[in-house]
Amino acid sequence: MLEKALSGSKLYWTWLIALLVVIAAGFGAYLVQYNKGLMITGMSRDVSWGFYIAQFTFLVGVAASAVMLVLPYYLHHYKTFGRITILGEFLAISAVIMCILFITVDLGKPSRILNVMLHPTPNSVLFWDMVVLNGYLIINLLAGWVTLEAERKNVPPPGWIKVIIYLSIPWAVSIHTVTAFLYAGLPGRGFWLTAIMAPRFLASAFAAGPAVLILLGYLVKKLTRFDAGKEAFETLAKIVCYAIILHIFFFLLEVFTVAYSAIPSHTSHLAYLYFGLHGHNMLVPWVWTALACGFTAIVLLVNPRTRQNPKILPFACVLVFICTWIDKGMAMIAGGFVPNPLHEITEYAPTALELMITFGVYATGILILTILYKVALGVKEEEEAV
Amino acid sequence: MYDSGKIITGLVIFLAIFTYPLWSNMGKAAPVPKPELPPKSVATQCVADTNYMRTSHMTLLNVWRDDVVRMGDRVYVSANGKAYNMSLTNTCLECHSDKVKFCDQCHNYLAVAPFCWDCHQVPKPKEKE
Amino acid sequence: MGVDRRKFLKLAGVSAALGLGGATGFQLLRPGALDAAERMPTPYQMIFPKEQGNTDVMPNPKRLKGRRWGMVIDMRKLTPAKARAAIEACDYYHNVPQIPGKQNIKWIWTAPYINVFPETENPWADPEIKNAQFIVMCNHCNNPPCVRVCPTKATFQREDGIVMMDMHRCIGCRFCMAGCPYGSRSFNFRDPRPFIKKEYLDYPTRSKGVVEKCTFCAERLAVGKLPYCAEVSGGAMVFGDVDDAGSELRQLLRKRYSIRRKPNLGTDPQVFYLV
Repeated sequence: MLEKALSGSKLYWTWLIALLVVIAAGFGAYLVQYNKGLMITGMSRDVSWGFYIAQFTFLVGVAASAVMLVLPYYLHHYKTFGRITILGEFLAISAVIMCILFITVDLGKPSRILNVMLHPTPNSVLFWDMVVLNGYLIINLLAGWVTLEAERKNVPPPGWIKVIIYLSIPWAVSIHTVTAFLYAGLPGRGFWLTAIMAPRFLASAFAAGPAVLILLGYLVKKLTRFDAGKEAFETLAKIVCYAIILHIFFFLLEVFTVAYSAIPSHTSHLAYLYFGLHGHNMLVPWVWTALACGFTAIVLLVNPRTRQNPKILPFACVLVFICTWIDKGMAMIAGGFVPNPLHEITEYAPTALELMITFGVYATGILILTILYKVALGVKEEEEAV
Repeated sequence: MYDSGKIITGLVIFLAIFTYPLWSNMGKAAPVPKPELPPKSVATQCVADTNYMRTSHMTLLNVWRDDVVRMGDRVYVSANGKAYNMSLTNTCLECHSDKVKFCDQCHNYLAVAPFCWDCHQVPKPKEKE
Repeated sequence: MGVDRRKFLKLAGVSAALGLGGATGFQLLRPGALDAAERMPTPYQMIFPKEQGNTDVMPNPKRLKGRRWGMVIDMRKLTPAKARAAIEACDYYHNVPQIPGKQNIKWIWTAPYINVFPETENPWADPEIKNAQFIVMCNHCNNPPCVRVCPTKATFQREDGIVMMDMHRCIGCRFCMAGCPYGSRSFNFRDPRPFIKKEYLDYPTRSKGVVEKCTFCAERLAVGKLPYCAEVSGGAMVFGDVDDAGSELRQLLRKRYSIRRKPNLGTDPQVFYLV
């Protein structure tokens, strides 16, 4: 089936080359980091995780959200999603690959990455994250490829793949839960020490992932003859709507507990993010932007007239994306490290090289996504032409 | 054969790249390394016999570092009953005091770059002091 | 002893071949439960031969023995000069680089009361305490979160309580830095060697990409000496066995009122401050 990725329009090839250029630039930047060490990043003794880990956290959510298509289709036989489930699975594959790349570029000694398997340590959450992420990648590769191949050959998919697909549902929840546990089990990091971390992660994931899918759906509709269908878009929009409401609701729950209990080691982080602390307020405009986007998106998505409007829905999805991306991709990680355990303040901002590496990883993911979507849509077109 | 021109060109390019290390090094065989052993006045034997050290010193060092760092066992008793302090810098390099004339000889020949020296210090060769 | 070790290695080899041996999942979840397995040969060691003859390894007989090492810092005795002497000795003998800026490396350093004991502030406390510079270092917690989170056991707890770093194994994921509630860990963002003013040749440096911290001078205890900071602090820093009721450290803790950093987190820090 992969041969479908080898023929395409001029636009397709230009796009691939543009992505390769970004990847090359990112790889060049990574070589600098590999030689000089992580000194080229904005990270510090106090903020020891930065943009890479934040993007990893965000993308685990995007990967997990494939379950929002798989579950209705396979468990509830919601036929409308039948045609687009593969798009969710392939989005998950590219997102998981980006996650693994972000973890790798964040390591101080990438050449020793296999130590995680040579010296397995079940008491470390990172060990389990490695297990669930790689597992999820394999599950989605299998589920996506095998069902697509069956579709192409016009035969029902083999029985055993059903087992894998059913397994992918709890597995999707597990990847984001385990990722939340990376943070939520650390004593002395008040911002992360909250049992609602995993549900909050899942809610924002189920908002961001389907929002990305809607946007991709519109894009695909414009560029190819494939239309996911009005109903599919509407159902996805409803999922995004519920999820973004839950995301904001969970956030407000967090705010209540932190603010009302008024324990300094918990309030100081939220205070830093939303109001600034002792004059340090780098992230303040960002987090308020995120909140504004979130609330606007809720208004647009709750109202059926705006939600069903194909002009307004993509706009609302962009707002959801901005809201959840700032929340996880910027505020969640840096906010947990400021102030530090000695209540000192070191702020964090990524450097140009760090951003180049980040874009390089994103471009790699988008390249994989493009190729996978090309294959999937090629198969669908072929089938519809018959 | 369709596209035979493209396929054959591709194959030639592939073979050229694949065999590059072979033909680019042709006729440039490096001399066999001659690691210089410490003079008899410094030491006459190592912690294990020469053949073993030649083939497996890296295994020994790996075991030593786990023993020292993780187990806290710092004394090694060799097969002939002699006790050694298990330390790369303070024991191995005490006798093999010139890294360039000893370690680097074979390591360079075999193009291996062990990362020991990123952290462990290399004493200055004694005769220069 | 040599024979025992040989037998053990064989046994370990067999259990390694069988997977994780008889350990149950529950046992595996306990931090340090797999420590016994550390003697298992790595795949590398299985491929390459062992040395010939009957060899043995053992600790140095001169070493200091303790069941749980700890440190008492007497703030009445700790003058700025003594604190400086301790820090300078530690930095020199451990090749701690002096890197300017926020990517610096610290093993032991000083900080004001308000930063060392946040959330216990008392605006009307004795100014001598409030303004004092406290020595801070790794607390060698009895229940260390850094060991709990490390994905490779590069940081681990020894039987005598010391929280140790294996620089050979660290992958530089910095999970331990997020886990440590005391900010005691530093990451080598760059090659540290250019930032070491005068290299102490008997102790290794670190390389870029690994995490490091105070080790309670494990290399000194192993040869029967006290940690550098305790040795040069003129009695202001007392090192000893917390498990030994007769130790000087325990006597100090009995006689004087001591505090610890963030004891509410359950990490059971083993550095005590007499105020």
